[in-house]
Amino acid sequence: MGSNDSKEAAREIVVPGELLAISSKRAGPGTFSEGGKIYAAHLGIKSVRPDSISVVPLSGQYMPMRGDLVVGKIIGVGSSNWLVDINSPYPSPLHVNEVPWRVEFGETRKFMSVGDIVLLKIVGVDEIKRISVSMQDHGLRKLTGGMVVELSPSKVPRVIGKNGSMIQTMKTMTGCRIYVGQNGRIWIDGELDNMVLAVKAIKMIEDEAHNLGLTEKVKRFLEENQVKGA
Amino acid sequence: MGGAPTDLKLIDERGLRLDGRRPDEMRPLKIEAGVLNKADGSAFVEWGMNKVMAAVYGPRECHPRHLQNTERALVQCHYNMASFSVEDRKRPGPDRRSHEISKILSEALTHVVFTEYFPRTSIDVYIEVLQANAGTRCAGLTAASVALADAGVPMRDLVASVAAGKVANTIVLDLGKEEDNFGQADIPVGYVPRTDEVVLLQMDGDLTREEFDKGLHMAVGACKKVYEVQRDALKRRYSARAEGQEEGA
Repeated sequence: MGSNDSKEAAREIVVPGELLAISSKRAGPGTFSEGGKIYAAHLGIKSVRPDSISVVPLSGQYMPMRGDLVVGKIIGVGSSNWLVDINSPYPSPLHVNEVPWRVEFGETRKFMSVGDIVLLKIVGVDEIKRISVSMQDHGLRKLTGGMVVELSPSKVPRVIGKNGSMIQTMKTMTGCRIYVGQNGRIWIDGELDNMVLAVKAIKMIEDEAHNLGLTEKVKRFLEENQVKGA
Repeated sequence: MGGAPTDLKLIDERGLRLDGRRPDEMRPLKIEAGVLNKADGSAFVEWGMNKVMAAVYGPRECHPRHLQNTERALVQCHYNMASFSVEDRKRPGPDRRSHEISKILSEALTHVVFTEYFPRTSIDVYIEVLQANAGTRCAGLTAASVALADAGVPMRDLVASVAAGKVANTIVLDLGKEEDNFGQADIPVGYVPRTDEVVLLQMDGDLTREEFDKGLHMAVGACKKVYEVQRDALKRRYSARAEGQEEGA
C-alpha cells in the first residue's frame, strides 16, 4: 500500500534511547543530547524542524506549565483555600485571593465544595513543582452543569487542532459549549444527544491521534451523525 | 545452589540442553505493550514458560510522604509472584526474595529514568509473575522498562535483561527451571545497550573469573537481541492500531 508507506515516512515512531540525529541542531522537547548526538527521551513521533529536532509524545502525564488553561476538580477545602486536582502529579492549592469573589476567612465552603469543577489558569510553577493557580482572569470560573471527559494530555493539541480548527468544528456542529484544558480534561455542556456525539468525536480523536487527516475524518463523522435540529 | 544429587542429564551427548537448546540459545521471547487500560503504561512478556505482566502508574504524588525527594522522582518497583505461578502454590504476600528483587529492579530502572524531571513524585512499577519458570527477575525487568516507555516516562534508554549461568560445567544462556535448580551458577544481567552499561548484576553459585567473563559476555550479547524485541513491541503498539483502523474503514 503506497499511501500507507508515505504515512509511515511522515510519522516515524521512536522509542526512548533511539538515535535521532548526529548534528548540531538543537535538541527540542522530548529529546536529549549526549556527545553531539540527539536521542529520543520518550515514546513518540519524531519531528524534524530546520533548527531543532523534537519528539511529540504519544502518552504521559500532564506537566503544569505557566499560562496553561486547565479544568480542575476541587478535592479539599481549607479555611482560606481549596485544594484542586489538575490531573497532574501535583495537587494545587487555590487561595481565596485568587478567586473572583470576596471570601471571609472560614467561609470557603459557601462558594465551592468538594467535587466542583473549575476552569483555572496556572500562574506559577517553581523548581520543585509547587503550583499556583488562579481564577482571576477573563473567562475563568466555576463550571456548573455539563460533563467532563478525560483523555491523555499528550492528545490535547489534536483535540484543539491547527489554529483551533478541530475544536471549532466540534463546537459548531454539535452546538455544545466546550472548554479544553491543557491537562487533558474537557468540559462539555449542551443538549444530551449533542454531548454524547461530542464525546464520541473526542474518543475518536484519542484513538487516532497519531494519524493524518484527522480533522476531515471527524468532520465527516459529525456530519453523518449530526442530531437533527442542532 | 549446588544441586541435589540427580541423574538428570542437563546437557546431552550432542551438547544440547533439556529443552533442545544450544548452550548460547535463548528461550522464545514475546512482548506486547499496552495491555492494561487502567494503568498509565503496561507490558506483557512471555519468555519460554514465564508469563510476566508489568504495569506503570505515574509519575504521581508520592506516598508515604516521607519518602518523597524534592529533587527527583522515586522509582518504586513491586515484584510479586502469584500464588499459582509455581507448582505447589507460593504462599502469597511479600517475602525476603520479593523484597530483594523489588529493590534491585528499582535501582536498575532509576538509572535510566530522567527522575529529575519529576521532583517529589513516585513512579510505581508493579511486576506480577503469573507463571514462573526461572529467570523471572530478568523477564520482570524487561517488561517493566517496556511498560515505563509505554507510560510516556522519559528515559535515557530501555533496559534489557537476560541471565547466564553454569550448568553441567558448561556456560549457558537463559537458564530454564531445571537448570536453575540443579545447575552450578546463575548470573542475571540487566544491560543498557546505548551506553553499554550494566545496571543489574547478581551471581548465585561459584564461577571462576574466566567462566564469569564468558557468561557476562554471553548475557550482554543476548540483551541486545532482547532490546530489539522490546523496541519492536513499542513500535508495533501504535502502527498496529493504525493498520487495524484502515481495515475497518
